[in-house]
Amino acid sequence: MTGNDNASSRPTVADGISSAAIEVDRLVKVYKQTRAVDDISFSLPRGSITGLLGGNGAGKTTTIAMIMGLVLPTSGRVRVLGHRMPEQSSAVLGRMNFESPYVDMPMRLTVRQNLTVFGKLYAVKHLADRIAKLAGDLDLTEFIDRANGKLSAGQKTRVALAKALINQPELLLLDEPTASLDPDTADWVRAHLERYRRDNNATILLASHNMLEVERLCDRVIIMKRGRIEDDDTPEAIMARYNRSTLEEVFLDVARGRGNGVREAAR
Amino acid sequence: MSELSLHRGISVRRIGAMILRYWYLLMSSWPRLLELLYWPALQVITWGFLQIYIAENANFFARAGGTLIGAVILWDILFRGQLGFSISFLEEMWARNIGNLMMSPLRPIEFLLSLMIMSLIRLAIGIIPMTLLALFLFHFNVYGLGLPLIAFFCNLIFTSWSVGIFVSGLVLRNGLGAESIVWTLMFAILPLACVYYPASVLPVWLQYVAWALPPTYVFEGMRALLIESTFRTDLMLDALAINAALLVASFGAFLALLRSAKKNGSLLSGGE
Repeated sequence: MTGNDNASSRPTVADGISSAAIEVDRLVKVYKQTRAVDDISFSLPRGSITGLLGGNGAGKTTTIAMIMGLVLPTSGRVRVLGHRMPEQSSAVLGRMNFESPYVDMPMRLTVRQNLTVFGKLYAVKHLADRIAKLAGDLDLTEFIDRANGKLSAGQKTRVALAKALINQPELLLLDEPTASLDPDTADWVRAHLERYRRDNNATILLASHNMLEVERLCDRVIIMKRGRIEDDDTPEAIMARYNRSTLEEVFLDVARGRGNGVREAAR
Repeated sequence: MSELSLHRGISVRRIGAMILRYWYLLMSSWPRLLELLYWPALQVITWGFLQIYIAENANFFARAGGTLIGAVILWDILFRGQLGFSISFLEEMWARNIGNLMMSPLRPIEFLLSLMIMSLIRLAIGIIPMTLLALFLFHFNVYGLGLPLIAFFCNLIFTSWSVGIFVSGLVLRNGLGAESIVWTLMFAILPLACVYYPASVLPVWLQYVAWALPPTYVFEGMRALLIESTFRTDLMLDALAINAALLVASFGAFLALLRSAKKNGSLLSGGE
């Protein structure tokens, strides 16, 4: 990590109750010769929204997958809602959820059927009411009895978000949550996520290439490059450090290897 | 999906949710339903007529009436049982839904139990009409086998689940590139399980392999019942013991392959 070392309180990963939603400690993932994630550490307090930024191959998806327990780390440790992953995953999987472009919902099932199945898997109480509420909140009512495979890309994204919120998760992991949405719908989804976080004190970690989205939603940004954390701070502090007015400019500086130079010049 | 949580309770609700998911799928797709009926019906008609022809021309088969068509029906229980299990699993891979399930509270044992129940449901849809066809077209009443049929059925279905669990693990680990194993592995068992002929036909060294497979005991037991009117309890108990070992081994292999899939990240790709 080369950014502001004070930005993330470095976790001391130990057994016991933790106030952090996610604690990542010296996490490494090596695929054969490739070091996809290279010794990263961060801690996310409960109720925060954090953006994970980085170009393709930066290690964002692998990091999120290790937090979810879908990928086993080569070394290092992850704790989610105070529990070690993946060893204690059964204690937390019902309290978290995710949305990712790497997974789909079954195409032949209707939206209502899909939400019913996942609601039952997550032991959602008053499931019909919950589905009706989500359908209203995410504007699914018009196509709730249509097969998932017959929906537009934007509608599918909203359904995936409904699935991610079905169990009212304390921790929400989102990989490109507004990809393929038109600007109006994307803005509306962001507003919904902000509201959800506020109303439920939920923690959200989102990977995104949409810098405006990250600027608007996130109170913290972790920038990754080649598996390492390049910077970690509030969006405002990062932009000030790079002497840039938008995160997109910062992203380009980092992606094109101008990060250190620009940062030094700004000092 | 935590593979390390076997000591905790199994949730009937989550298993029910998965069965509901597959039921929705079956009911939404008439080609899937038709496929369940089509092949078993085709099998029984083809082999039934062959049996009639042979029975009219050979004394042995005239005496052993039903061994051929009985073998076809029992083989289909074995084969369709595994396919019913594996296709439900493949539906998740094809739909790219496996990540959603792995991230849910669903446990591997619950997932596998739901696939087992679905294999029974799919089997019932395909096999019951097949047995009725055999009764009406060829006057072969498989239910006339009585209680031994339950022993045959249980042993065959246990083997089909073991194979289904193992190949599902392989697909989980290696992606859909390994899908062909789902369709072909059972056919490797076909000549060794002595479906249409007694184990004594095989070379002695191959007989050891044949007797390591539970279906061999079932087909030998069926011939003993139909030809000698003897129910070989010893064969069924031996098959049950081997099946128990196979089920435990296949579940262990599934967990190991799942862990390996998590190590190499193939749960995220799921591709070829």
